Amino acid sequence: MENKEKILEVENLCVSFHTYAGEVKAVRNVNFHVNRGETLAFVGESGCGKTATSKAIMRLWNPPFVEIKDCSSMKYNGEEIMDMDKKRLQALRGNEISMIFQDPMTSLNPTMTVGKQIMEGLMLHRHLNKEEARKEALNMLRMVKIPDPEKNLDAYPHQLSGGMRQRVMIAIALACEPSILIADEPTTALDVTIQAQILDLLSNLKKEMNTAIILVTHDLGVIANFADRVQVMYAGQIVERGTTQEIFTEAKHPYTWALLSSVPALAKENKQELYALKGTPPDLLLPLNHCPFAARCEYCMQICKEQNPMETELTGTHKVSCWLQHPDAPKVESFYDRRKK
Amino acid sequence: MGKYIIKRTFFAFLTLIAVVTITFFLMRSIPGDPLAGMARALPEETKQAFYAKYGLDKPLFEQYLIYMKGLFHGDLGESIRYAGRPVMKTIAETSPISGLYGGIALVLGTLTGVILGIVAALNKNRWPDYIVMFIAILGTTLPVFVLISLAQWVFGVKLGWLPPSGWGELKHMILPIAVSAFGSVATYARYVKASMLDTLDQDYVLTAKAKGLSDFQVITRHVLRNSLMPSVTIFAGSVVGVFTGAFVTERMFAIPGIGFYYISSINNNDYTMVLGTTVFYAVLFIVMQLVLDIVYTLIDPRIRVSGKK
Repeated sequence: MENKEKILEVENLCVSFHTYAGEVKAVRNVNFHVNRGETLAFVGESGCGKTATSKAIMRLWNPPFVEIKDCSSMKYNGEEIMDMDKKRLQALRGNEISMIFQDPMTSLNPTMTVGKQIMEGLMLHRHLNKEEARKEALNMLRMVKIPDPEKNLDAYPHQLSGGMRQRVMIAIALACEPSILIADEPTTALDVTIQAQILDLLSNLKKEMNTAIILVTHDLGVIANFADRVQVMYAGQIVERGTTQEIFTEAKHPYTWALLSSVPALAKENKQELYALKGTPPDLLLPLNHCPFAARCEYCMQICKEQNPMETELTGTHKVSCWLQHPDAPKVESFYDRRKK
Repeated sequence: MGKYIIKRTFFAFLTLIAVVTITFFLMRSIPGDPLAGMARALPEETKQAFYAKYGLDKPLFEQYLIYMKGLFHGDLGESIRYAGRPVMKTIAETSPISGLYGGIALVLGTLTGVILGIVAALNKNRWPDYIVMFIAILGTTLPVFVLISLAQWVFGVKLGWLPPSGWGELKHMILPIAVSAFGSVATYARYVKASMLDTLDQDYVLTAKAKGLSDFQVITRHVLRNSLMPSVTIFAGSVVGVFTGAFVTERMFAIPGIGFYYISSINNNDYTMVLGTTVFYAVLFIVMQLVLDIVYTLIDPRIRVSGKK
């Protein structure tokens, strides 16, 4: 964390899905920044806006069904992404900001060799000719530790295992040495042993290339090992953010407590039943002018159902949006701490 | 690969035998015989002489064996209805006619259909899509004979631009080609649109986009090939359809193609002619399937037959 230069600043990001039922406000006024070379994790349950946010950064959503509202601002290296034209966006994607996706089984073109798929970006952004690109692609395969890279360069995706395919995806994404890599649940579709390998690989490459990573996940275990900072998302908003340390040891938001309590502890003497959060997230089709978590919160107060809490700054890095932080609010003991005892 | 082809050829051969056998016995189960349509009151001896000439007096199973033996020697027999005309010769004379105008129609129709399908998919829910789908629905729902009558009436009678029917000159080909191509356009436009929309939704298209490729590059490099593959499957049927599907077209335009003769031979209980034509169709179909399976392995690496490595 020696380098604190902000590579990406997102302000007031609002993403809406226009469905037959109406407008679903999937991301609501989200603010955050990413420093050069750090790993920022988004965590939250399905549908909380993690993927919507990360795809919005690359403007990968297709209008008119998905709309990034005009009020949003995303500055990459000081340059407004919202104002970029098609050409500039194409130069940005895969070159300055890359993305890897959840399911490596379907994210590669089945009729194109792995090598060609890696070469594509290199030829496009770094203007290499075929031979140079092939050489570079071979290097990339070595870098992501694919065995027998010469042979696998000409393999088709179906000839590789899931873990190998995700390595190929990483090779594609990192080929042009982007400043930011968005990893949208990169290990969700892989089995546990492979997950660890992929994460190790990512964190090594990150150090080598000084690439910032935005890690989207619902796996707290992944975050604990891997992220520098964490943002907890719920119903399209960031409810708590802080360093990984802060989130795991000093969480203040009841939703974060619920997330932490839902992780099985591997202690032998632990006979405690695993915590399950009751209820479902609010319907994002409906207007939401109060705390989104109010309906499921154990500590819900009158004010929680009436107004959305402001973000309270606890330390320079740790911020939480919860009425419990209000000076007049009762002091409560976290059920997460209670369960740990 | 060689082993695969040999295996496929063997099974193709079995299929062919099955087709011939079934057709043989089905034809014989139709009431009446080749004489029934010709003359009502033939003297009994004449009839018997006729049956004897074509071996129709022998037990059915023996006839079957004789036919199969001929088939293995490449002999499809002689038309029963038109004495002295070998079935093989009729097929050789009539199928190129069907193949000529049908082939042109297929190529034009398929190309147009594929292009329209792509246009429709890329403009989903906008006017080009609506127009293409209107054409496609018209093409699939309108019976061929209605379409043909309409074309003959408008271009042949009302406007007088083209001869409504007949064969021999270039101008005779235009209407049959247009009508036959229309069907292909409709089929392929719908098919390609559906598979293209499906492909556009695939994760790897997003990967391609996230790489920074332009829309045009994404489509030409990642979408087209994958979305045209399903169409290859129906192309086999279309090729055979050039010959078989032309029954109505050839009748109505009075084109002396193979479809024209197929229908009349069925009506006449011309056993050898029907069997011969069926064999021709079956061989064509089986060969096309085999060719397409091989083509398929070339364009889709996932079904490349084992033994590649």
